[in-house]
Order: sequence, then C-alpha cells, then structure tokens
Amino acid sequence: MFKFILKRLGIAIPTLLILIVFSFTLMHSAPGGPFTSERPLPPQVLANIEAKYGLDQPFYKQVTNYIVGIVTKGDFGPSFKYKDRTVNDIIAQGFPVTLKYGIWSFIIAVSVGISLGTVAAIKHNSITDYFAVGFSIGAQVLPNFVMAPILVIIFTLWLGWLPGGGWNGGQWQYLIMPVIALSTSYMASIARIMRSSMLEVLNSNYIRTAKAKGLSNRQIIFKHALKPALLPVITYLGPAFVGMITGSVVIDMYFSTGGIGQMFVNSALNRDYSVIMGITILIGVLTIAFNLVVDILYAWIDPKIRY
Amino acid sequence: MKSFTKILTAALIGTTFLVAPVLAAKVPAGTNLAADQTFTYRVLDEHSSVDPQIVEDVSGSEIVRDIFEGLLNQDALGNLIPGVATSWEASNGNLTYTFKLRKEAKWSNGDPVTANDFVYAWQRLADPETASAYAWYMEIMSLENAKEIIAGEKEPSELGVSAPDDYTLVVNLTAPLPYFAAMTTHASTFPSPQKVIEEFGAEWTKPGNIVSNGAYVLTEHVPNERSVRERNPMYWNDAETVITKVTALVINDEDAALIRYLAGELDRTEVPAGQYPRLKKENPNEAISFPRLCSYYYSFNVSDSGPEAFKDERVRQALSYALDRNVVTEQVLKGGQFPAYTFTPGTTANFTVPDVPIGQMTQAERDAKAKDLMEAAGYNKDNPLKFELLYNTSEEHKKVATVAAQMWKQKLGVEATLANQEWKVFLEVRGKQDFDLARGGWCGDYNEASTFLDLMTTPSGYNDGKYSNAELDKLMTDAKTAADPSANYTRVEEIMAEEMPIIPVYHYTGVYMMNESIIGSWPVKNVEQNWYSRDLYKVEK
Repeated sequence: MFKFILKRLGIAIPTLLILIVFSFTLMHSAPGGPFTSERPLPPQVLANIEAKYGLDQPFYKQVTNYIVGIVTKGDFGPSFKYKDRTVNDIIAQGFPVTLKYGIWSFIIAVSVGISLGTVAAIKHNSITDYFAVGFSIGAQVLPNFVMAPILVIIFTLWLGWLPGGGWNGGQWQYLIMPVIALSTSYMASIARIMRSSMLEVLNSNYIRTAKAKGLSNRQIIFKHALKPALLPVITYLGPAFVGMITGSVVIDMYFSTGGIGQMFVNSALNRDYSVIMGITILIGVLTIAFNLVVDILYAWIDPKIRY
Repeated sequence: MKSFTKILTAALIGTTFLVAPVLAAKVPAGTNLAADQTFTYRVLDEHSSVDPQIVEDVSGSEIVRDIFEGLLNQDALGNLIPGVATSWEASNGNLTYTFKLRKEAKWSNGDPVTANDFVYAWQRLADPETASAYAWYMEIMSLENAKEIIAGEKEPSELGVSAPDDYTLVVNLTAPLPYFAAMTTHASTFPSPQKVIEEFGAEWTKPGNIVSNGAYVLTEHVPNERSVRERNPMYWNDAETVITKVTALVINDEDAALIRYLAGELDRTEVPAGQYPRLKKENPNEAISFPRLCSYYYSFNVSDSGPEAFKDERVRQALSYALDRNVVTEQVLKGGQFPAYTFTPGTTANFTVPDVPIGQMTQAERDAKAKDLMEAAGYNKDNPLKFELLYNTSEEHKKVATVAAQMWKQKLGVEATLANQEWKVFLEVRGKQDFDLARGGWCGDYNEASTFLDLMTTPSGYNDGKYSNAELDKLMTDAKTAADPSANYTRVEEIMAEEMPIIPVYHYTGVYMMNESIIGSWPVKNVEQNWYSRDLYKVEK
C-alpha cells in the first residue's frame, strides 16, 4: 500500500509538469494578450510592461522561470490584471470561500444523496421510491443557473429572509443559497447512483443468505449492503469533491461570493496568464490528490482490491 | 477610463488664471439629511488597482477619486474646481504652469500633502520601473523629458516638474497646452505617499497599509467581492463631507444586481437592456436615464483586406440609411438612448449637431434612398450583397446586430451573417482589419468633439476601418490650433455623412436604478460621469 502511494506520487510530478507546459502553451496561443485593450498602448509603454512581467523573454524561458519560481519560492507571480495582488493572494482569498461552500455542499449532497438512494432502493417501487426518483430527475434537469435566480427571487425579493448575494466572511445567511444551488444536482446524481447500486447489492446472493439466516433488515443494510453499494458512489465522489471545492462559475457569478470559480473564468477572458496558471495547477493538484484518496478508500472498502 | 489621447479642451478651459470658491457637498439650506449616509453601489468587475499611478479602469478610478485628491476636481457640471491646488497660473506662453497648493491638505496619517508628493507621483508614473499602462499620459501632458524617461533614455528625476517650495508646483511643458490644468483631474496624476510605498512595496495599497489624501480611506478590500472606503478625518474638507461610508460590491450578473437593488441591498445599479420602461413605470423616482459621452457604431473595413463592395460609398450609405435607429433605441434598448446620425454626441460641449441629410429625412425617405443607392451600386435581390457583421460577445450587441441584419435583408436584400467573438479575440481581429463590418463603441476621453473625430483621421491607432480622407485630416490638424474649431468639426461630420466610413447607431445613456434619497445629489449633468462621493448626500424620504 505504502509503495502504491509512493508510486502514485511519483507519477503526479510529471503529470503536473505536463499540465503546466500544456496549459502555458495553450494560453499563449490564444489570440490577444493580457495587455490587449480597446485603446492599444504605445509600443514603448507596452515594452516596459512586458519587461516587468517577463513577457519579453523567449517562450521556453518563460515556462522554465515560471516553474522554477513555483518550486523554489512557492511564488505563482503577480496578477497581470489586478495589479495590487499576487496570484498567491488571489488564491488565498478566493479558495477558502469556495472551500467553505464546497465542503458544506459536499456534506449535504453526500448525506442526503446516499440516504435518499438507500431508502429508495429498500422501498423499491413504492411511493417513497417514486418520490426519490422524481426528485433526482427534477434536480438534475434544473441547472443551477436556473435555480440560483429562482432561489434569490423567493428568499430575497419575496420573503426577504436571506441576502441576495455577497459573502461577508461566510456568515450562514450568505451560505444557504449557494450551498442549495450547488449541492442539489450532485445530490441527485449521488441518489441515483446509490439507488441502482444498492438495488443490485440487495439482489445478490449473499444478501439472500443473510436474509435466510434471519438477520434483521437493519443489520443487513448497515453491516452487509451499504459498504459494497458505496463503491460506485465513491468513484463519483472524488472528482465531484474537487468540482465542488474549486467552485462553480455560476454560483460565484450569481451570488458574488468572490470564490475562485469565477476568477478562473475571468482570468481566462482577461488573459491574466499567472492567475490562469495558478488556478489550473491548484485544480490539477487537488484532482490528483483526491483520485489517490478514492483509490485508497477503494482498498479499504473492497477487500478484493489490493495494491 | 478617462484618458486624454489627443486633446483640445482649450475652448473649455482657456483660462490662464483662476481662483474658484471651495466646494464640497453643496447641501442646499433646509435639506433634511437622512440619518443613514452610507452609499452602496454595484460594480461589474473587480477594479484593477487603487494605486493612482497603476489604475486603468473606470471602477478603479472611481475609488481613486474618492480616496486620493489631485490638484483639481470637477464639479457636478464637469467644470474645474480646486482640489489640493487652490489656484493655478500659466506663463511663458502656456509652457509653464504654476500651481499653489493648500496648506491644510493632509495625508490620512496626518502628514502634510506637499508639492513633493506630486513630483514623486508624476516621476513614478513615467518611470519604466513602475511599468504603468498610463505612463504615456505624461507624454500626452507634454511634460519635459517624459518621452525620454519612458524610453529609458533619461532618469525620472529629469521630468519637467519641480517643487520650489512645499506648496508650489511648477510644471514645464514642451508644447503650449492651454488645457493643461484640466488634465490634472485624471487619477494617474494624483499624489502618492513615497514613504509608505517604499515601506510596503507592492503591498502598499492594502487596507491597513494604505495612506491617502482624499475624503475617504480604503478600509476593507475582499477581491472580487467588495471594497469599502470610510471617512478620512484628516481630509481638509471633512467637515463638509456628508456620506460616511461607501461600499462597492462586485456583482457580475446585472440581473442579480437588479434583484439585490430591489431587495434594498444597493443604492445604485445599472438597468439591464430593455428593462428601463418597466422599471420606470414601477419605480418612477428611482429609474433614471441621462446622456453619456459615448457612441455606438459599425465600422466598414475600407482597407485592402476589406470587401470590395465597401469601397463603394453608395453601398456604405445605403446600409447606413436603411438602418432604422429608432427601432434600435425604442424597441431593443429602451433606455432613452439617442439615435445617432453623427459620430459626435449632441451633448458634447461646444458642439452643435450639423444638419446632415441623413438626420433630416424620415425613415421612409431614407429607405427609398437606400434602395436607389444599392441598385445604382449594382446589388439587388438576384445579386445580393454579402458580408459578415462582427461584434464582441454580448446579448445586447447580438440584439442590435440581429435587428440591423434583418432590416438590411428586408429592405435591400442584403445577406449579412452575424459573427461574435470573445472580447480579446475581437480586439485583435478588429485591430488587424480582419473583418467586413465591425461593431465599435467609443466614450469621450474629455468633453470636446475631437475626442471622437480624431478617430477618423488617417494616423489614428483607433481607426479600425482604415478610412482615410486628406481633407478630414487637415481639418482635424487645423482644429488643434484654431481659436474656434467648431466649424472644422461641422465640416468633418458632413464629410463623414457623405462618405459614411462608419454607421453611427446610437448615443449611449447612463441608465440606472438609484436610491431616490441620493438621486438629487448625483451629477447627472457631468457627461463624463466623474463623480466624487464627497459631493453626494442622502435626503430623508
């Protein structure tokens, strides 16, 4: 197991390097640069700015300087657009925001999704099952860019219970609508996966044996069925977790939370090279890390899997 | 951002000596001020910086104008009024300007604001080390040695600005600019605190570190979420300032912003296109629309890379004539925008809209003429004109383009295909003349017709369609030294109405929802929309 983890970490480094070089190249090949503007800058002024940000150097040198800066100093450079801020600043400010609403969304999506899926499977073809399936489909077809405005109209404009957006340090009032809007579709997916996987497990031979032994339903579900039924859900949860904690453009844009989901998209539109790279690397690292966590969880849940 | 690319505000501020009364929030006697004097407004995007020498966007400049104060300010009508300088004088045939500074001006840490703070700031702006996108502003201001300093050929200390004593600032120019004083209302010329910048480096603009000399200080900044500025008790005119706290909230989505406005979270937000009539009906005292110094137009690519058809003036005219501006302003945008038949908006100071033929006709007459012109140019239903209309991705531009293409199709049988591109790609493509007909929008850098008409000159870097007319070029060159250039501008607009290098579509308006308690103090008549929170106040409803 230990060897497996080491090996995976060993692969992670070249993976990240490829990610950096690939993103860097793609980014620079996009038309327009960080200093392209409606009112083109005089050449001398542009040259001074490009010199300051190292854009006057040959491409390979920019890439190597960038990687060296990260490895030796942990420095992702200054933002090209928000000139009072470094990329480290921007991520340090925006990531905790998405982390907070992402983790809450994750907790709610997982707990409600798994419970709903399990209950639906146990009460297969009952009213409860139909409700659960109906809810999952409904939640899946209602994208968050539709749900967010609906929530705001109801809770802010009509009822006046919750602020229509903003973050304010992440007080609970500001957290509720982003979490609902973000978690619902994940919740629906988890419930669907859980339901079908649980149905399959409940129909398997060893469960029949357990029933024949005279075990109570509770024991069958919690001791024997739940763990194997979770396997497909866990495969889904790794990327889903990264997706949630690195934020959603829609949530950030609509609720003006100041999270990194929105910064990521804006930085691409602004050609804010250093911010694009910083967030790409962050998401890359998290994806690699949580895929590893999922693999480890696999081994723990399924004794057949050995590394 | 207000810049002064090629300036001629001479007509406006030809004064060589001026002492105006000190003005802050002019609260009329008997006004019942509201208990709550906070102002919260929506900004579309995070500001680029609050460093006066670095800032380059509108929302950043709004903050800088509040937390710093330059030599001169603008009043609610856009006139020049004293800021840190109490008086100014031009001498040596407008080649030397001397500003007298007020002795009571202080930084927020209690230090006096001196002429050296301006010298430092201006040198810093030109210094290649600072790498300011607005370094060229010093060049446009014609400061001695600015060009050489930006090019790295001279030291910043050689810039033509000096402080013979703490309260006198002397500026030496290389060209006699009669309107130089007006240029000092621009944020990039505001003073900056040398000690603080040297102590904190790039971190100096963070709340807690920042020291400023305006009516407010920056107290909180959460990037992409909010920035808060509160009263600076050290400000020399703090006693006459009313608004206590100003909050800018970053809200990307204009519909979300509108809902938050309606829920009472904001005092000001932009009205999304098409929603003004409804909002005006529901909230007649809060929905406002006022003229801006901006024009929306389509540029014909008349360069070698452009379509052959557009080199024919009749085709350009026909397309312009057939575009019914009233449909665009009244049925698409609905925000009080003005149909445009000239490039320069009618609200521009000292500019009278000339009686160009297209402006005088009815739409039926224009349509008939357009058909004739198109026929004469050899295009008809069997041999339709085909081209691509390019715009940057946006719902609003799409609506306007769709309507335009539809009109051309119906009236002239023209087949215009629509193409949209993301902003930066669009700028690059348009800048390389890789288009047929492209959308353009231009806001005046200063309140004078040349800020628009200079775009049409041959050497202009903003002349996207590469239109060139020797007579027009000469008229614009002459205008810079003319005592009264308005005749030149009239003639330029006439040439443009004749040769139609662009299709002026409409002149923008500022369309806002604004808390009715603050609306009375908003400078709606300042077409440049340079507003200062220290001039605002809320009245009891």
